[in-house]
Formats: sequence, structure tokens, C-alpha cells
Amino acid sequence: MKKFIAGIALAAVSSFAWTINGTGATFPYPVYKQWIKSFYEKTGNKVNYTGTGSGTGIKEVALRHVDFGGSDKPLSPATLKKGQLYQFPTVIGGIALSYNIPGVNNLKLSEEAIKGIVLGTIKYWDNPMIVKYNPQAKLPHKKIIFVHRSDKSGTTFNFTYYLSKMSPEWNQKFGARKLINWPTDAQGRSIAGKGNFGVSAAIKTNPYSIGYVDYADAVKNGLKMAEVQAADGKFVAPTPKNFAEGAKYAGFDPKLDFYKVIAYPKHGYPIIAATFILVPKEKIQNDKKVTAFFDYGYTNGDKAALKLGYVPLPESIKDMVRKYWADKGIAPAK
Amino acid sequence: MEAFFKRLSALSATTILLILTSIFVVLFLYAKPAIEAYGLKFLVDPRWDVVITPQKATSAPKKTENLGGVNVDNEDDIPTVNIPKQNQKINVQEDDLGDIPTPASTTKVNTQDDDLAGVNVQEEDLGISAPTQNTQPQKQKVIYGGLVPIVGTILSTALAMIFAVPIAMGIAIFLSEIAPPFISKPVGIAIELLAAIPSIIYGMWGLFYFGPFISHIFGGGSVSLLVAGLVLGIMIIPFMASLTRDSMKTTPDVLKESAYAMGATKFEVIKDVIFPYAKKGIIGSMILALGRALGETMAVAFVIGGVFTFPHKLTDPTVSIPVVLANNFAESSGMSLSALFYLALILFVISFIVISFAKFYFLRDKK
Repeated sequence: MKKFIAGIALAAVSSFAWTINGTGATFPYPVYKQWIKSFYEKTGNKVNYTGTGSGTGIKEVALRHVDFGGSDKPLSPATLKKGQLYQFPTVIGGIALSYNIPGVNNLKLSEEAIKGIVLGTIKYWDNPMIVKYNPQAKLPHKKIIFVHRSDKSGTTFNFTYYLSKMSPEWNQKFGARKLINWPTDAQGRSIAGKGNFGVSAAIKTNPYSIGYVDYADAVKNGLKMAEVQAADGKFVAPTPKNFAEGAKYAGFDPKLDFYKVIAYPKHGYPIIAATFILVPKEKIQNDKKVTAFFDYGYTNGDKAALKLGYVPLPESIKDMVRKYWADKGIAPAK
Repeated sequence: MEAFFKRLSALSATTILLILTSIFVVLFLYAKPAIEAYGLKFLVDPRWDVVITPQKATSAPKKTENLGGVNVDNEDDIPTVNIPKQNQKINVQEDDLGDIPTPASTTKVNTQDDDLAGVNVQEEDLGISAPTQNTQPQKQKVIYGGLVPIVGTILSTALAMIFAVPIAMGIAIFLSEIAPPFISKPVGIAIELLAAIPSIIYGMWGLFYFGPFISHIFGGGSVSLLVAGLVLGIMIIPFMASLTRDSMKTTPDVLKESAYAMGATKFEVIKDVIFPYAKKGIIGSMILALGRALGETMAVAFVIGGVFTFPHKLTDPTVSIPVVLANNFAESSGMSLSALFYLALILFVISFIVISFAKFYFLRDKK
């Protein structure tokens, strides 16, 4: 009898449990996966998220095929209005410049050096621009092999966004794009990899190479990561602490639907990026479920995010997002 | 019953034709904007996704206030075509707009059109969508040209065939004529197993092990045209070998025995009896393998490099059509999506031409 009652109770609970579906950016996928798991264990509600790429995420949510879409690239308020979407950030991640030079371990790259490497004007590792800040390192006279993504990606977008803000020349010539015909391609010093792991593998297997990889992947693959000159001139290592330092200066504005690419902050590690969630304006009931899930992530998911190499949003921004939800009438039902 | 059976089988055959036609039509419809914009020049233009600025006045920085003046470029949202064409694009794409309200699109054709074409908020979002920026798009033009992937596809397939054909023939001859049964059986099974391995596994193996190994021997990077060709070759060997072996085995023993009785050596029997007899099957196996090599995506995507440049050496990275599609499809929309469909259409036509040429040329005198 007891069992029977318990069974009914369970059935009652599970009939209230709901499922929401989302798709989009692959960059935050590991974090969402963790959050989804613990959210399910705690509430019994299911969230499905598939990493298909930011472009797909936007398309799918714009077509209302899914309850929410993930994008590494924020949408402008005008675009959001057109697509009838709301937008808010979830986590922050860093992009590391990973390198493979046998015998060199603490590479420091100034802005000039990074600029020269991506623009193809610095061709050898023993270029004075690089040696200047690495007097101890034994930099060989070897060609720099630049490793980049072969697929269109949010990581490339965020990295080139950083380059654009740092270097007017880059901005003029290339700007921020998801796919770039890198100047080093034409010089035959490029290798391209598919996905973050493709880039990681290429860096690992090709000596004297350097490339940009999501921090989480660089850590997973045990790649060496360069210290990068920040906007304030200091050299900072890619660590969650330095990402968080940069995130403080993100300058999100709820009035603009958090439309902001946060790369190149005043202080802290410069190559950082936030990832965003898009929800349809008219599906308020569903949106409340989506925000309930992300509210759970904001409240309980910081540790999981840090462990995976991401940076949780600063509390002030989380509160901003919660207020944004309340203003739009999509705050999670309490 | 008999009539029904005939109908049914005729229906199955028609399905194939229907599918083929519908694929072709869909590819064509989606590719239409790109075909109109670039025409046949697409086939010979080596530039992909390159922004050209006819007038120098692209002062993007002043445009986006809160983005700190970054020239956020958005591939296809920059209209490369004039207004009537854009309207056509709207027509083509309107189906997938679904329930998205699109009032804005009609008024600001120049700036807003593309995003809506792909529903794609994504592409146009940062740079152009701000209402103040009406002027910028007209000054820039994005060029898509398919020559690099077309050349890459042909080169990597040719490399694969050159590498695979002799080895596959050797395997088939060994298995069907030379090896004793206790060797040929297990080896035959192993080859069939190889044929069943998903291509992504070849890709991963190529990326982590085979690529570095090749670059160690031949120089160059761990991903290159050479690696892609060899991995492709390895992938199609099992197909070719097992089909060739099967068709060689169909040679009647009477023929072989009479040849041996006449004093022919093993080499002569293989050359003069078995090969002519099994020729059709052998060429058929090559055509099947060629088809697979032309369209192979995942394995090649890992190892070819995905760089839009012509390979000057075998060890340079380049790109092939299926790889471009796989790499860019998820993130494309508007004109870049339509350029991808154009490429897909080209691949379709190339495969069709190559395979029908092979069929007619090699098999013309047999029936």
C-alpha cells in the first residue's frame, strides 16, 4: 500500500516535470551539460541542449523550432526586435594563444607580436618583436606556423574581434568574422583544424606552431599557453582569475539586451568572450522554464563552470540579467 | 499478382529518379541567388568569402556605438546584388521564415535583406543592422568563388585513385588467385571490416597518427593535400579490393584450367583470362570507389586543412567541396549559404559527369 502511494506521488511529481529543448553554440556546451544534469537531479525537469553551432542556434530559435538558442555572437537590439527575441549572457570563457615551440615554456606575446603574427609580418620565432619580451627564451630561427580554424566558428569571431579592437590595421583589413582568409594562408605558413580539437591536435603535432584555442580545450589537451599583453600593458596569463578580472569590465547593458562583445577589456586577460541565450518573445510560459533553468545555473553552477575552465558571470551582471527577466515578464515562476 | 509485382518494382525504380530530381531541384533553387550573383565566373574565381571595397570609404569604425568601432563584418549580409535580385531571394527563402515577422525587410532592402533571407539574424546582427548604417553595405562586396575547392576535390580524388588502384588490384589478385584459403578467408573478412569503418574514424586516425607520420617523412604540415589523398585512398581500397576480388572469382574455372593446360603461367592467366573476363566488375568497383572519394566529407575535413589556397606542393593544405560544405554549413546563411548550395550543385554535376564518362568510356563495347 505504501509503495502504491509512493508510486502515485512519484507519478504526480513527474507529470509536473517539463522538458525544454535548445540548440546552438558548442562553446558553452560542456557547462550547460553539467547544469542540465544537476538541474534534472534536483528538479526532475529535463533540458535538452545540442551543440550545433551559433548560426544554427539563432536560425532554429528564430524559426521557433526550439525553446531557446545559444549563440556566441550577441545579436543587436534591432535584430532581436526583428526576430522577436530576448537575449541574455550565461557564462564567460577565454581564448588562449597556444603554442608548440620545443624548449620554450613561458612565452610572452606583446600586442605588437600578436599583430605581426596574425598579419604575417612576423615570420620567424626569433623576430626581435618577440625576443624583446622573452630575453631568456631560446627562440629558434624557425618559421612560425599559424594554426587556425577551418570551419566557421564563434571562436574565430571572438578572436578576430579582439584583434580588431587591438589593431586598427586588422580592423581595416579584416574586421571580426567567423571565417577569415588569414594572411598567413597565402604565405603557406598556415595549418587549419576543424573544431577546437582539430586546432589543438594541429598545434600538438606541428612544432613551431601557434594558434588560438578555447581555454577549456587548451587545458584539456595540455597545450602551452602564452601570456598576453593586456590593454593596460601588463602581461597576463590565461587563467580563470584573469578572465574574471577582465569580465568585471564587460559593461553589459540590459537596455541593449546585453548586446556587447566583451573582448579587450581595460584590465585583465584581453581575449575573453561571453556566450548568450536567445528566447522567443511570445512564448512566455516556455521562457519562464528556460530562465528557471539558467537561474539555477547562475545560482548553483559556478563551481561546475570554473572546473571546466569557464568563468561565471560576476554577481552584479547576474542580478542585471534577473532584473531583465523580471522586466520582460519572463522571470522564473517561484 | 504478377501485374502488382511489376508495378511495385517499377515504383521502386521511379522513386530513385524522383529523389534524384528533387535533390537537383532543391540544390538549384537554394543556389539560385548565388548563381545569379556570380554566374559561371564562380567556377573560375579562386576567392572565397573575400570582401572587396570598390570605393575606399569604408569607415566602419564610426558605425557601431557600443561595440567600440569594430568593423564587424558579416559575410553574406552585405548585399552583393541589386534590388531586384534581392527580391527574388526573398521569394526563394520565404518558406523558411516561418512565423517570423518581417515587416522591416521590405523597407530597408539594402541593409536588412540578407539576414532575413537566411532568417539570419546571425549574420547581419552586429555590423549592419543598426538603422544608421544604410550606406555601408553598398560599398562592400563579398565575393564567392569555387575554384579552390573544385581543384582541391579533383586533386585529392585523383591522388586517392592513383594510390588506391594498384594496391587494391594487388590485394584482389592475391586473395582470389594466389593465397591459400586459410589466408584468403581471414584477410577477406578483414578487408570487408575495413570497408565498414565509418569515415570519421579514418579522419581521426589521420589527424592524430597518420598525418604527423606523413609530415615526418615528406615534410610539410600534419594536414595537407597529400595526407587527405592518402587517407581517402586507404578508405576506398577495401571497397575496390573486395568488389574486384568478387568479380575475379566469377571467372569460370573451365577457362582458367584450359589456359593452364595450354601451359600458361599464373601471370599470364591473370593477365589474359581473368582480367578480361572480370573487366566490367573491376571497372565498376573503381567507379564506385571514385564516387565515394569525390563525395567523402568527414575524413577529409579533418586532414585536408581547410585553407582556401591552391596547393603549390603536395604537402600544402587546401580544401575540397564537401569539406567546405561540412565546415561552413551550420554557420552560414543568406548569400554564403546559397554559395554553399552552388558548390554542392557543382559537386553533384562533377560526380555525374565523371561517373557517366567513366561508364560510357570504359564499358561502351560490352553489353
